[in-house]
Amino acid sequence: MVKKVVSNWTKFPEIEADINDFLYEEEVSKTLQNNVNIIARGNGRCYGDASLGARIISTLKYDNILEFDKKNGLIHCQSGVLLSDLLSVIVPKGWFLPVTPGTKFITIGGAIASNVHGKNHHKDGAFSNFVSSITMLKPNSEIETFSKESNPELWDFTCGGMGLTGIILSAQIRLKKIESSYIKFRSIKARNLDEIFKLFEENEAYTYSMAWIDCLQTGKNIGRSILMLGEHANQQSLKRSKDILNPKDKSLFKLPFNFPTWVLNSFSLSAFNFAYYHKQRSKVVNRTVHYDGFFYPLDSILEWNKMYGRKGFLQYQFVIPLEKSIEGLREILERIGKSKFGSFLGVLKLMGKEDNSISFPIKGYTLALDFPIKNGLFEFLDELDEIVLKHGGRLYLSKDARMKKETFWASYHSAENLRKYLSSSDPKNKISSLQSKRLKIH
Amino acid sequence: MKILILGATSDIGIAVAKLYASKRANIILASRNSRRSIPLAKNLEIRYEIAVDLMEFDGINYQSHDDFVQQLPDDIDIALCVFGYLGDQEESMKNWKEAEKILTTNYLGAISILDQLAIYFSGKGNGSIIGISSVAGDRGRGSNYHYGSAKAGLTAYLSGLRNSLYTKGVNVITIKPGFVATKMTDHLDLPKPLTNTPEEIAQLIYKAQVNKKAVAYPFPWRLIMFIIGLIPESIFKKLNL
Ligand SMILES: Cc1cc2nc3c(=O)[nH]c(=O)nc-3n(C[C@H](O)[C@H](O)[C@H](O)COP(=O)(O)OP(=O)(O)OC[C@H]3O[C@@H](n4cnc5c(N)ncnc54)[C@H](O)[C@@H]3O)c2cc1C
Ligand SMILES: NC(=O)c1ccc[n+]([C@@H]2O[C@H](COP(=O)([O-])OP(=O)(O)OC[C@H]3O[C@@H](n4cnc5c(N)ncnc54)[C@H](OP(=O)(O)O)[C@@H]3O)[C@@H](O)[C@H]2O)c1
Repeated sequence: MVKKVVSNWTKFPEIEADINDFLYEEEVSKTLQNNVNIIARGNGRCYGDASLGARIISTLKYDNILEFDKKNGLIHCQSGVLLSDLLSVIVPKGWFLPVTPGTKFITIGGAIASNVHGKNHHKDGAFSNFVSSITMLKPNSEIETFSKESNPELWDFTCGGMGLTGIILSAQIRLKKIESSYIKFRSIKARNLDEIFKLFEENEAYTYSMAWIDCLQTGKNIGRSILMLGEHANQQSLKRSKDILNPKDKSLFKLPFNFPTWVLNSFSLSAFNFAYYHKQRSKVVNRTVHYDGFFYPLDSILEWNKMYGRKGFLQYQFVIPLEKSIEGLREILERIGKSKFGSFLGVLKLMGKEDNSISFPIKGYTLALDFPIKNGLFEFLDELDEIVLKHGGRLYLSKDARMKKETFWASYHSAENLRKYLSSSDPKNKISSLQSKRLKIH
Repeated sequence: MKILILGATSDIGIAVAKLYASKRANIILASRNSRRSIPLAKNLEIRYEIAVDLMEFDGINYQSHDDFVQQLPDDIDIALCVFGYLGDQEESMKNWKEAEKILTTNYLGAISILDQLAIYFSGKGNGSIIGISSVAGDRGRGSNYHYGSAKAGLTAYLSGLRNSLYTKGVNVITIKPGFVATKMTDHLDLPKPLTNTPEEIAQLIYKAQVNKKAVAYPFPWRLIMFIIGLIPESIFKKLNL
């Protein structure tokens, strides 16, 4: 077996590891039996070390769709199936993903292990709400098919548990009915933090909402942003009647932000943030757009992560409970504004209630930012961690490559339960990741 | 269109199945222990709305090949013979069982089933027979000459079969991959720029079939093998290949 150099989406950290892929259950069972400290890896779209370790099991070849009940919108697939693949099969039949992150290039296994959230978290919760059953290869080599009801504990630590409970082999997902592949889109400009918070709350009835936030503003402009809202367009509301369930974007209107590659260059950061806000002249814009541009604006630039150069970048995503959100966000944005660490992508979102014990979301605002790696960044982020902790917030494990274990233990109230569970379900340390070791979870 | 894949659990075979499914061909996946192909079969049926059948097939159980071909439906347009066994050269020098397995799988097994398929297709008067040989059969190397000699035999057989079936309206294609990143070569450190993915080989097979080619190499292996062919034996024997 030849070791391979591997890193996830941010290129940090980059490590050497043994990578095993598999086509059949027997193969992955054998790998598990013969090794310790293995971790499952999907499409490597997490922003850190959650799917990295000494021995990696890649699920990418385990990508068969096993059943599709087109009438009731139930689909059963192996864990390596990509959401992009799934969309191309389900959309033409009038179904959609019940929850989707901001990229379609992730696997079903990754969606469950991170318990991903989408623009509809405030209404529908995270991905696990739509998973009816999971089939898993457990550390003791047993294969178990379970649901939330049949094995609540395993369920609880699997959804959002970053792959530590076992290798997800397949899952059954409940899809969402759609009449078209289009989205009724509405965007509203907000001049500052108070305004965007108010807009989020006024528009909570919308199925989809999120905001791009300009993190380089200071003073009274802090929190300058654009709120994006959306609903699936029904058949009647569309001008055309043919070809309305197409996974390919054939719409005339594209969203007004097709990022040219130069904007990702950090020199033009402030210019971009400015242009972005001012491109939308009127306060409110209404359009009908294809779902691809609405949900996955960055996917059209396939390897935008490489723009940050060889050192890579970090993403920083935190959530702060609602009552403290505005205070915490203001403090963090002020700190960023004063620092030399500009951030290009700022995504703000109001989340709904907590999904289960180990998943990231809690009721409150979440902000995600990208920082190119340069001297002093790690120390700076430690400072931001303190502000997050002070306001009762936490960081998203799927975006984390660097937090200190103390930060994790102080913010995830189920950390000890998870650790105990893993030490009894996996006493031989069959499964662990660089992240689980760094955070002293397992 | 209907394609029969012999050795359907091979990485190249799977890539071919996916490609032909995307072209809306119906597929027969034949392998030993065909139960393992059930997930792939369902997947292709769901994604492409085609029909996929499974058949049990063992390349070195020659006696069964006659029956196997008798059981085939009569509307197959393409047969792909993709099973093979690389084996371990060192081991096969010490242990005849290993050497025999390499020779029977890659040579005798392939020829036994191809003979039967030649009759099947001659009767139909059209269609394509595709065999996966290897550049290893173009010139024997110290690291895999049992395998290479079997593939050389297969190459010669396919060339003769092509000649013989030409008048019957059947096209015979020899595919000669160089390095392909599959489970066969997983333990080897292959030079990246010269290594193809199974998907690339599937494309090569598809194009060769559509364009009725005789022999197809992935780029730039035809050139490489040409140059290797020019090296005098007196020098070649000293190289560590
Ligand atoms: C542009 C972009 C936008 C994003 N937007 C969002 C967003 O809006 N919301 C959100 O929640 N996330 C978002 N993410 C993060 C991404 O959705 C998650 O990190 C997701 O888990 C990645 O899945 P993956 O298949 O790439 O898995 P990997 O990144 O390879 O692994 C992620 C985790 O899943 C585990 N895992 C993977 N497969 C299995 C398996 N079969 N069994 C057990 N464990 C497994 C791994 O061990 C690891 O802990 C975004 C990422 C990108 C690049
Ligand atoms: N990989 C390369 O670099 C390379 C280069 C040149 C040529 N080739 C040729 O390409 C073809 C496909 O190989 P691959 O690279 O895709 O490797 P692979 O994934 O290892 O496939 C080989 C397949 O052959 C099957 N097989 C072995 N003995 C068999 C038998 N007696 N009966 C039926 N099936 C049998 C195996 O089936 P099981 O799953 O049942 O074991 C296996 O699926 C082979 O002919 C190989 O020689 C490969």
